[in-house]
Amino acid sequence: MNPEKVVFGFFIVLSLTLNFGFFVGELDNPDHHHVYELFAVLVVNLIATILKFGDRSQMGAVLLATSLAAILQLIAATLVWTIAVHVSGAGLTPVVMASIVSLSGGAMLANVISVILLIIETVMLRR
Amino acid sequence: MDNIVFLILRRMRRPLITLTLVYSISVLGLVLIPGQDADGNLWHMDFFHAFYFVSYMSTTIGFGEIPYAFTDAQRLWVTLSMYAGVIAWLYAFGTILTLLQDKTFQQARAESKLARKIRNLTEPFYLICGYGETGSVLVRGLTDCCQHVVVIEIDEQRSHLVRLESLRDYVPVLHGDAEKPLHLQEAGLEHPLCRAVVAVTNSNEVNLKIAITSKLLHPDITVICRSDSHDVEKNMASFGTDYIFDPYDTFATYLDTALRVPCLYLLQTWLISGNEEQELDEPVYPPKEGHWIVCGYGEFGKAVYERLKNEGIEVKVIEADPEKMGAPEEGVIEGRGTEADTLLEANIEQASGLIAGTNNDANNLSIVVTARDLNPELFTIVRQNHSENSAIIDAADADMVMQPSKIIADKIRVLLGTPMLYQFISRAYNEQNDWACELISRISALVGEHVPRLEEITIDQNYAQAIVNTINRDETVLLGDLLRDPWHRDNELNCIVLMLERQDEHILLPSPETEIKKDDRLLVCTGRQGFTRLHWNLQHDDNLSYVRTGQVVKRGWLWRKFSKKMKS
Repeated sequence: MNPEKVVFGFFIVLSLTLNFGFFVGELDNPDHHHVYELFAVLVVNLIATILKFGDRSQMGAVLLATSLAAILQLIAATLVWTIAVHVSGAGLTPVVMASIVSLSGGAMLANVISVILLIIETVMLRR
Repeated sequence: MDNIVFLILRRMRRPLITLTLVYSISVLGLVLIPGQDADGNLWHMDFFHAFYFVSYMSTTIGFGEIPYAFTDAQRLWVTLSMYAGVIAWLYAFGTILTLLQDKTFQQARAESKLARKIRNLTEPFYLICGYGETGSVLVRGLTDCCQHVVVIEIDEQRSHLVRLESLRDYVPVLHGDAEKPLHLQEAGLEHPLCRAVVAVTNSNEVNLKIAITSKLLHPDITVICRSDSHDVEKNMASFGTDYIFDPYDTFATYLDTALRVPCLYLLQTWLISGNEEQELDEPVYPPKEGHWIVCGYGEFGKAVYERLKNEGIEVKVIEADPEKMGAPEEGVIEGRGTEADTLLEANIEQASGLIAGTNNDANNLSIVVTARDLNPELFTIVRQNHSENSAIIDAADADMVMQPSKIIADKIRVLLGTPMLYQFISRAYNEQNDWACELISRISALVGEHVPRLEEITIDQNYAQAIVNTINRDETVLLGDLLRDPWHRDNELNCIVLMLERQDEHILLPSPETEIKKDDRLLVCTGRQGFTRLHWNLQHDDNLSYVRTGQVVKRGWLWRKFSKKMKS
């Protein structure tokens, strides 16, 4: 058992589950998507990305790429949130909420790919 | 380059994760801990403000409490977060700074920087493996004749020496083992502009490995190797190494030349010396009568023994360890040659020549000095193994000095720097002594006391615009015309054309009636300042037409009108 793999697997899966938790619910209803969840997703995803820094294997490089894609989407979502609430003062209108949630949905897709890659890698190791 | 990025990223993992955790916990704490607004109502900080506050708190400490003054609970949390944040940042910076000072990191950085520089080279270059005695002389010689070189050296101290040499050109030096293909590749072995690989390390095995690697990875490239063992030479030749130079065989050939055609030997030493400040060498005449004594029967001793034998000269060999080194058929005198007894046993009083050819400079000097005491008329040849001993070897004033590193360096420098001279010398070996003697007297009349300067001239648009223009007008240019003084065409320029190369044909000392064609190459030899006027003839139409016809062309409109009036 490689502790590095355990930690990384944990963070990848956790980022997917948290992401899913934030994503489910009505798309444009602010009551269904809590800001704490988005914060948790962002932090866990950041850690998962940093964990893949400097991995020279092919799989490591692809995982870094998917994590980066997820992070990018999540940062975009938080930016939209911050701007809507604090800068423009528009508040969480259904339009804004929909775009935040769909951005996090994109991030979730990237996280799903990461988990699939992780599973593939594990299966390949077994053979 | 990849190495470095991975190295940094890998080492930065832990500090970055620490930083992320500290930030997220601080932010979360600030969001969760209840505060009070200006009116005393319950208020929760949102993520945006919490992140903003934490960002400036842990880096600078001190913008005040915003947007409302903190409660005591918040202050307690901020106090903890401040210390955690500062420590996390120090940790991250500390790691980066350690990384920058790390030896492996610095080396990886220098290596990748150099590899990038070499990749971006835009002019042809030679790759020289080994910056020892041969390598350093060769690098200086090649850069002096405007060639570019890249050096690989295994010893770090010596690789820094290149920087101290104040060479004419920037020479990239890769500190690495030339035996490893990766280092050769980084140094530009596969670069399309890499013309030749020169293997002059002090190990035959390494030179062999370099030759194999180069021939496999870049088959078109010229590979030049130094080797002093016949076994290794055969091995090198078996896979197509282009030039293999053995210092001992080369010197034996020189000695042979000096014995048979002394003028040719002198001509060769003049032409290949390369250093313009050097004074002309005196001719040497190794005696053919009487017997010679060879001290040391190693590779060098064997090589000269063969040559002297072929000339029909009687040779006596002195060797300290005949069991290991072998012995010639006439037998061997056992001893080092440094003591008078051994030399007397070899009949030194009647000998005409002595070769001190052991691999120890001190012993060689001792042999020469002892032998001179016994027989002052002796012709002496001394082998100099290390260049730092030059002063004492010069003081011993032997008739010929055999210095392996210099012999090889000169030979490779001539081959790469002035390839036409290399052709000229190898062709001159077919000529007679009289031919060489006549050429020597012509050259010495030309140059005075210093060694001649040589230049290769290609008849093309760049180097000889005037000639190309004249030929394009279907007029002929004779070699003799070119060598006239552009100021007084009755005078001849102080130049000798040693060789004319036309496609694959080589003409030694072409006659003045030879017609010059496009893309001819000339090897010209001259004294100091001899080239300036020749270049006028090559480049300026008016000068060329004057030396060809004696007519001064009138160029200006007014001048032409004026001269027409004068005629009519």
